[in-house]
Amino acid sequence: MVKLAVTGAHYGLRDWLVQRITAVVMAVYLLLLAAILIASPPHDYAGWRTLFSGQWFRIVSFLFFVSLCWHAWIGMRNILMDYIHSTGTRLLMQVLVILALLFYAVWSVDILWR
Amino acid sequence: MRFSIYRYDPDKDDKPYMQDYDIALEPSDRMLLDALVRIKSVDDSLSLRRSCREGVCGSDAMNINGRNGLACTTPVAGLREPVELRPLPGLPVIRDLIVDMTQFFKQYHSIKPYLINNDPPPETERLQSPEERAKLDGAYECILCACCTTACPSFWWNPDKFVGPAGLLQAYRFLADSRDQASAERLDNLEDPYRLFRCHSIMNCVDACPKGLNPTNAIGKIKDMMVKRTV
Repeated sequence: MVKLAVTGAHYGLRDWLVQRITAVVMAVYLLLLAAILIASPPHDYAGWRTLFSGQWFRIVSFLFFVSLCWHAWIGMRNILMDYIHSTGTRLLMQVLVILALLFYAVWSVDILWR
Repeated sequence: MRFSIYRYDPDKDDKPYMQDYDIALEPSDRMLLDALVRIKSVDDSLSLRRSCREGVCGSDAMNINGRNGLACTTPVAGLREPVELRPLPGLPVIRDLIVDMTQFFKQYHSIKPYLINNDPPPETERLQSPEERAKLDGAYECILCACCTTACPSFWWNPDKFVGPAGLLQAYRFLADSRDQASAERLDNLEDPYRLFRCHSIMNCVDACPKGLNPTNAIGKIKDMMVKRTV
């Protein structure tokens, strides 16, 4: 027989809200990107360089990557909370996910401002 | 009519098995529960719960051809044969189609399913306007049959932490009640990554509810209330 576990962490709303807001940010960015690619598609490497050389476009793209990582963190944490029931294993996997996402975020800076 | 029914008697059986029945139904056997009572007259070892036989008590909830529902409100006409009957998924089986609902009711009790009002009781009723009363429609009709909660994967994975759709619908029923004074404590009690936020709005509960209720909508309204008090 399963008993009621101790709960009452008193958080959760912020993550739920952030997941929705980051989804909107990503959707808007992807629509913007699609519009740009349809209006003036870059034909070669130089074209892509020009597109990503604008500072504002780099910043908006960076916002997209931050949203992606934040969104992915909440989603991955949800999956781990659903399926990994050993607290130690769950914590370890959550730390690995955070490290991986931070790595990707820093890497995206390196790519965008190269 | 052919049936394939989950059988398990922990005193006798090592593991559960499916037993086939081929039963001639009488014209009066219109609902699945009538058919089960007919089968029980042939094989009285088959165990199931039932009481009101009209969809009010919520006793005879079971998994019917892969979907949770009440045997007493499911017409036998239109059921694919052999009709496969299993106990509600995700709860321990006591015997045959009878499950141990303790976990379900523990979660239900954890949301304090009663009116909390510290004012002295008035001479007559605590009055509500018709508009205030209308907010309870769709939230008070739950019969606690557990069809929704046992159809929810989030409850399967975390039955000790996630309240489940039935409990959350009841939580909303008291949050929406103009006579209740404990909204803040109720929201505090639910603001938890497990208790409320294991719901990913997949709406299995809406699909399963034999009373046509919408727990997902109620859960969304609870989240709205939390957003309003936080943002």
